[in-house]
Amino acid sequence: MNIVVLVKQVPDTESPRKLKSDDSTLDRAAADGVINELDEYAIEEALRVKEAHGGEVTVLTLGPDKATDSIRRSLAMGADKAVHLVDDAFAGSDALQTSYVIGQALGHTGFDLVILGSESTDARTGVLAAMLAERLGVPQLSLANKVEIDGTAITIQRQTDYGHDRVEATLPAVVSVVEKINEPRYPSFKGIMAAKKKPVETLGAGDAGIDAGRVGLANAATEVVDFAEAPPREKGQIVTDEGSGGTAIADFLASKKFV
Amino acid sequence: MAEILVLVDHVDGEVKKVALELLTLANRLGEAAAVWVGPGYEGAKDKLGEYGAGKVYVADDEELTSYVVAPKAALLARLVGEGSPAAVLVSATAEGKEIAGRLAVKTGSGVLTDVVDVADGLVAEHSIFGGAIIAHARVRTGTPIIAVRPNSVAPEASPATPVEERVAVTLSDADKGARIVERVVQEKGERPDLTEAAIVVSGGRGVGGAENFAIIEGLADSLGGAVGASRAATDAGWYPHSFQVGQTGKTVSPQLYVAVGISGAIQHRAGMQTSKTIVAINKDAEAPIFDLVDFGVVGDLFQVAPQLTEEIQKRK
Repeated sequence: MNIVVLVKQVPDTESPRKLKSDDSTLDRAAADGVINELDEYAIEEALRVKEAHGGEVTVLTLGPDKATDSIRRSLAMGADKAVHLVDDAFAGSDALQTSYVIGQALGHTGFDLVILGSESTDARTGVLAAMLAERLGVPQLSLANKVEIDGTAITIQRQTDYGHDRVEATLPAVVSVVEKINEPRYPSFKGIMAAKKKPVETLGAGDAGIDAGRVGLANAATEVVDFAEAPPREKGQIVTDEGSGGTAIADFLASKKFV
Repeated sequence: MAEILVLVDHVDGEVKKVALELLTLANRLGEAAAVWVGPGYEGAKDKLGEYGAGKVYVADDEELTSYVVAPKAALLARLVGEGSPAAVLVSATAEGKEIAGRLAVKTGSGVLTDVVDVADGLVAEHSIFGGAIIAHARVRTGTPIIAVRPNSVAPEASPATPVEERVAVTLSDADKGARIVERVVQEKGERPDLTEAAIVVSGGRGVGGAENFAIIEGLADSLGGAVGASRAATDAGWYPHSFQVGQTGKTVSPQLYVAVGISGAIQHRAGMQTSKTIVAINKDAEAPIFDLVDFGVVGDLFQVAPQLTEEIQKRK
């Protein structure tokens, strides 16, 4: 089975995350880059599907040179090879353009199963799986907390506000996963050494039929008008409980008409 | 004034509060036109009228709700193509954002997600990086598709008599690729949905065990609120993962957020920082959650929380 797992490098939540003042795009230099957390679950799920059904796992990443670190880590976890979409022309692409570029790249790699995290911790748009399914004309099996594959039949549990839906489809398909679908493995020393020899193909605008005139900040369908740091919250009242802390909160809630 | 389409969130005909919020917002920007997909419209139409839906497009073919997301996007794409609305508003729930995403591809339009307000000229306000930055953005290609976070707008009654139009769409094979074969509804009693609750009470590491979540539930029930949990609590298996508030879980923006035994790590703050009023109970005076609170009590949650629940009951 040809499994492609989409991995995004994002700024570490624990480091300062900023937008650049000149073009309002993410300041990727300001923060340490890490694999988007939910994508680690996607990698693990891809590896488990491979272990159960055979095949090959390809990591597909769109991002600057620096994203190589995340690709290596994915390979160290056990993916077989990688495709890195890297080109200055891609910088500032919005969700619609990102789905276009990745959709084209998936046409290049081919796939039976595309797996990705349901959301990134930086932009948090949560739209990519849906956009890719739409572009590729394949089933959208998103927000999965369980995946079962039998031949070309695939069934997922789709997490919903009220519980879950059982969803059936036929491969090829796009699957997005939620947290805790599995427990992602750590790269072993052997895995880290092996990763150094695994092939990484780079693709830029113009490759894989990607039209350079459709990508990047200048061609985006959306634009940031302005941004500013949110005003800090006003310092609240903090009391130490001396036996009536609960009552004090009730008084506060009453003053705000919550009680 | 141009039409603003609002996709109505509902569960089997029961209109969600966010739909009323979106209708209110739509009428500020243009003329609200509701889009109803699925069964149960007859029971809901008065409510839609009450909150200002001048028009309702009704698509109640069962097929539209038998597959994941795609049919709703197909229907909206048809309405966008035929009616040229000024914008489409959906709720910024996980599914709402997916509908927005597919619709954006179908119509070649820009999409803005997790919006907390929309001003004249369809300039959308976002609260990003866990509330650290306020950004304004707009769509410059196609029909703006805007996913608005629940609890961002106060719903206002504005009675109208909706003009109804029955609509349908022919689904492609691709739209029917992911078939929903079973819906499993988790028993959650009378509590409101976490993402759109006006009041949320969350428990964290300090709660110390699954059995102690009864304290959190008791407090939530006394306030008529939803129950949430920090990642520490869901990772420990004390409360189901789907109730996790935080960067990798749900983002909530209620009128009142009560954090009980939660230190307030950035991963948690990212999911609740835009709450209007924040109250915390924590035994550690240095916990970062106290930087956010309007009112905080440094103390033992096993003393403070039950006392609070009792006080609220007394004052009802």
